[in-house]
Amino acid sequence: MKSKLLPLKQLGAKIEVVEAGKGRDLLYLHGAGGHMVDDPLLAALAGKYRVVAPLLPGYGRSGGEDGLRDMLDVTLHALDVLEALELDKPIVVGHSMGGMIAAEMAAVAHTEIAKLCLLAPAGLWLDDHPIIDIFSKLPYELPGLLFHDAEAGRKLLTAGGGNMEDPEFLKQFLVMNARRMGMAGKLLFPIPDRGLAGRLHRITAKTLIVWGKEDVLIPPVYGEAFRKAISRSKLVKVGKAGHAVGQEKPAAVLEAIRDFF
Amino acid sequence: MKFTWFHLMPWPHMPDDFREKHRSVWVDLPNKMYQPELGHIAYHQYLDQLEYAETVGFDGIGVNEHHANAYGLMPSPNIMAATLTRRTSRAALVVLGNSIALYNPPLRVAEEMAMLDVLSGGRLIAGFPVGTSMDTNYAYGTIPALTREKYAEAHELIRKAWAADAPFAFNGRYTKLRYVNCWPKPVQQQMPVFIPGGGSVETYDFCLDNTYSYSYLSYSGYLRARLLMDGYWKRVAERKVDESPYRAGFAQVICVADTDAEAERLYGPHVNYFYNRCLHVYPGFADAPGYRTVKTIQTGALSQFTSAAARDYPSMSWKDLTENRYIVAGSPETVRQQLEELIKTLRVGNIFCLMHIGNMPDDKVRHSTKLFAEKVMPHLRNLWPEWQNHDDRFWCHPMNEPVPTRIAAE
Repeated sequence: MKSKLLPLKQLGAKIEVVEAGKGRDLLYLHGAGGHMVDDPLLAALAGKYRVVAPLLPGYGRSGGEDGLRDMLDVTLHALDVLEALELDKPIVVGHSMGGMIAAEMAAVAHTEIAKLCLLAPAGLWLDDHPIIDIFSKLPYELPGLLFHDAEAGRKLLTAGGGNMEDPEFLKQFLVMNARRMGMAGKLLFPIPDRGLAGRLHRITAKTLIVWGKEDVLIPPVYGEAFRKAISRSKLVKVGKAGHAVGQEKPAAVLEAIRDFF
Repeated sequence: MKFTWFHLMPWPHMPDDFREKHRSVWVDLPNKMYQPELGHIAYHQYLDQLEYAETVGFDGIGVNEHHANAYGLMPSPNIMAATLTRRTSRAALVVLGNSIALYNPPLRVAEEMAMLDVLSGGRLIAGFPVGTSMDTNYAYGTIPALTREKYAEAHELIRKAWAADAPFAFNGRYTKLRYVNCWPKPVQQQMPVFIPGGGSVETYDFCLDNTYSYSYLSYSGYLRARLLMDGYWKRVAERKVDESPYRAGFAQVICVADTDAEAERLYGPHVNYFYNRCLHVYPGFADAPGYRTVKTIQTGALSQFTSAAARDYPSMSWKDLTENRYIVAGSPETVRQQLEELIKTLRVGNIFCLMHIGNMPDDKVRHSTKLFAEKVMPHLRNLWPEWQNHDDRFWCHPMNEPVPTRIAAE
């Protein structure tokens, strides 16, 4: 996988774009945690597609986050990125917060996005099924919330990790976390609902929705809600997978995407 | 020196197994623990104590704002200050303060503070905290990364509303008002403002730009406050403004008894209650990501907020707490010596005296307060003679002839 910086006039900053693989174009929008080290989903998708994965401002080397304050800012930014990347009728894939952004893009610019894949997207709120407050969680709690197999998830999350007792590393970690989750909070804090429910009906794209059967962060009942609200959609549930369904079961997610599109 | 007797108004009935049963004193502590009938007693006892502090000679009496917690039961400090306007006549009312990013529209703060200033005859000292992350983000839902921008805009609106003599339009990002028209207006033409700070470096410049006093609130004592306060005074020097000690204040837990040993016997259990129950905050609520700026994290000034620092409290004995100066406690002479050291090393003109601690009963609160007022305070009054022990920019300006409140009430 290679990574480049793309200057974006509308943002007045450069964003980082990861690219890998050959084949049809696939745009991938990451979740609130950003890309994992050697991300298993990106690696799997790159076996069959040309994967282009921009990082949201505040993540990695992407700057300009101070200029993005709300859902409309981020949706229009993501459409600017899509335009600047000059992709050919891509499948737009988004995970969790990235799925929320992808759904907003497809609702706002429904004439431009024809193939949509939502992996356990955020964006809806059901009073009877409240979503856990991810912002108040401590690092050690995350593997169990994101993965069905918490121990395997912990290894994925800490791959390439440093020493938390080292003050300099800790400072860098805190800065990274503040930038990333600070940005994510503009869409997800305190409740991950910015009115998407009222716009999902505008989506005309052929839409694949994928959910981990063991997702405890955003439970699978939300998959049903998305399926009902998007007219040309199908819901696929993946066994033995949690919220990070693509990272936990990359082969199954790749197969679902290939079957559907 | 100016001494303000400050009340946190904690819930004094948390059970002995509180730490084992509950992960946090703030945000998600079930409010079934709160008993309104006992709350009625506590509120009136606490207000009586603030009024008592005026009678024994404190310069100011102070209240503040917190939400969804048993640490401090004043969601609205203005309601408390309003009662005090009627029952006190001399002390400054230090409202430290209103979390201005939380009000919609923030004009409400300008109005209520103007009411307090008029009611008290110009005795208000206003405070504009950003608010803790527990209050601002978790309890009141403000988006962490937008908190400071929202705060800055609210501040601009409040200052303009107080200064204006006629209606004006305010087109902010978060607040849009066609007619800003603050009735009543405050008595004080130049409202003194204290800014509670807890480690954000941006706050230094904000205070200096606006001639506000920087008030450092910490429970880890003055030895550990040096790093941060040195940073503030360094910034003051860089900005080439005067070094008035009244540009800064410090909050300190203080206990006075006849002897050092008596202080431990009288106050030890209540100090323990405070550090182990009132400050028992779940680390996940302490600092929502995005609440601190990247610049502040990079200074490393937040080390005292690490979970390791908080974990130390339960194991700390009275000896640890006093020797390391987390608390200033002992005989009048011990307290005088330590406070003199505090005042001189931090270079502060304001001390916020925390003398009701945790679940301390009323008689002990008054005993400690009286000893402090009679045997400690007089000896510390004159520590900044070159500033004539007063700086008009950082204290209230009462009216010359306010209506005697008791007569007005009859």
